[in-house]
Amino acid sequence: MENPYLPYPVRIDNIITETEDKNLKTFKFVFLNPEDEAKFDYHAGQFAELSIAGKGEIPIGIASSPTEKGFVMFTVNKVGLVSSHLHAMKEGDIMGIRGPLGNWFPWETLKGKNVVIIGGGFAFTTLRASIIHMLAHRDQFGDITVVYGARTPGMLLYREELAQWEKRDDIDMHITVDSTDDPDWKYNTGFVPTITEQKAPPGDENTYAIICGPPIMIKFTQPVLDKNGYHPENMIMSLENRMKCGIGMCGRCNVGRHFVCKDGPVFTLGQLNRMPKEY
Amino acid sequence: MKIININKADWNTGLKKTADGYRLIGPVMDQGFYLFKPLESGKVPDMGFTNTRLSAKGIIYPQSQTLFNYSLDPNREDHHLLTEPEDAHQLTVVIGIRPCDAAAFVQVKRNFDAPDYQDPYWLSAYENTVLVGLACDQPGSTCFCTTAGGGPYHEDALDVLLVDEDDQYLARVVSEKGAAFLAKAGWTETADNDLVMKTIATRKEAAENRISSTIKTNNLADAETMAIYDAPFWDDVAFACINCGTCTYLCPTCWCFDIQDETHGMSGQRMRSWDSCMFPLFTLHGSGHNPRGQKVQRVRQRFMHKLKYYVDKYEAGIQCVGCGRCVDQCPVNIDIRKVCELMNNAGKQSVTCAA
Repeated sequence: MENPYLPYPVRIDNIITETEDKNLKTFKFVFLNPEDEAKFDYHAGQFAELSIAGKGEIPIGIASSPTEKGFVMFTVNKVGLVSSHLHAMKEGDIMGIRGPLGNWFPWETLKGKNVVIIGGGFAFTTLRASIIHMLAHRDQFGDITVVYGARTPGMLLYREELAQWEKRDDIDMHITVDSTDDPDWKYNTGFVPTITEQKAPPGDENTYAIICGPPIMIKFTQPVLDKNGYHPENMIMSLENRMKCGIGMCGRCNVGRHFVCKDGPVFTLGQLNRMPKEY
Repeated sequence: MKIININKADWNTGLKKTADGYRLIGPVMDQGFYLFKPLESGKVPDMGFTNTRLSAKGIIYPQSQTLFNYSLDPNREDHHLLTEPEDAHQLTVVIGIRPCDAAAFVQVKRNFDAPDYQDPYWLSAYENTVLVGLACDQPGSTCFCTTAGGGPYHEDALDVLLVDEDDQYLARVVSEKGAAFLAKAGWTETADNDLVMKTIATRKEAAENRISSTIKTNNLADAETMAIYDAPFWDDVAFACINCGTCTYLCPTCWCFDIQDETHGMSGQRMRSWDSCMFPLFTLHGSGHNPRGQKVQRVRQRFMHKLKYYVDKYEAGIQCVGCGRCVDQCPVNIDIRKVCELMNNAGKQSVTCAA
């Protein structure tokens, strides 16, 4: 019997400090046993448990895309015991990854559709995975629009990649910050809901929005999309809840009868409207 | 079905014979209360109990258990790698488990033996355990098993059902595992005759008639989840609750758990321990946000899980066997039978509204 609690051993291959507050770091992991990489067969939108012996595990969205080979990547906010310890670890250190876990963005449904990615703050991780995935299969999708905001320019994740995507003509980028005193800032200034209202295409049955961000951003973006004609089943969200097992057994992350870890984390707004608000 | 006649004079010697193949667990009196404990050599189960204070769930699913071992010593090649403990599950027999506690394992198994993931710790223990049940002739005043999918003589979840008949046990052999255990004990005298069958049937009926307390669950499955969730009675239900977690601790069908690493010096264990939806920490986010931060949300979660979410998820009834422990031992007298009635009635209204 496979032990679903046993992580794959990995080595930290690379660490990048992403943001000016130094609270977000991106870790690239390489599997110690090369055959484990094939077993870790994931889709953009899934998550994994990062496991540190002696500290515990944390559920983190996978920031790399399955089209990127040779490593898996996670961007981690420093919050609690495990994430703080991880931030203090070094390249070459040994730890574990357990997964992939949960469902993913509905890539089969999204084939041939226009996709609007709306992200705020450090919730951009699985959205990065999604953008890389879509760009690698660019002919499978219609228009791709991205609205991504952070408090300041220095708080944006993956800044080099954002700049590269800005230069492409097959993805419509709208980067924004709440405010900045940088006179050379050449992108938008304003909150994500406002920029979404100005830049996102109108909703129709062929257009889907994927929205990840802090609760306050989601709260004010949702009415904008409603007004813009997006159907609740075309608005896709990814939830977070406290987790332990990640496989639907330990009982804490449920929202009604659904476990965020196994039946989610991805739900449509239509589904969420029929569920208790326990997230 | 085969019935074996065990003369009580042969009971202790028979049990002793099984000791070299089985680890024996049975009910014993401990500090004024009955509980299930390993029977050290020569110790015999005390079969004179109504029900144990704690359920039997800890036999399969210990309150704390090691999932993995690890070393943090950089000089060791396997440092920071998790290794599985050896599966030391000895073939175990539980003597005198009540039919309700055995039925609970069937309900809990749906969680740990899912189509996509299987919990090797729970399943290994379950598969290596023989359940020799004891029919309930004197059910407790808070027992309601007959309307919770079971009964005092319910044998589906057992390997053997013992019926206490004067100076003998009539043992109904339910499974091969049960038959093997009885053979090991040397109990082979078959008693498959009409008179014995009639004796058991009569006793069964009498026991069922002694269950005075019932619940109604007929509307739960068809009800709108949100109609019950948003019902007005939850504040009243939760008012007196002190979130002590006694109900989840005692409950044979509560399975929620926590995982924590415990390090001593350079080595340690990743442990799994029982947890409880009654505790705020159970759902507390790293950000400080808590989706079930209020007491009423936690109390509602416990009952919604048992009587609605589980019902919808598995379509196999409620997550409760009617053992009555939580009713009996709740310090503020919250009664799942009353809550079930409220929920079932709310469900009825929601079905009526939908039509």
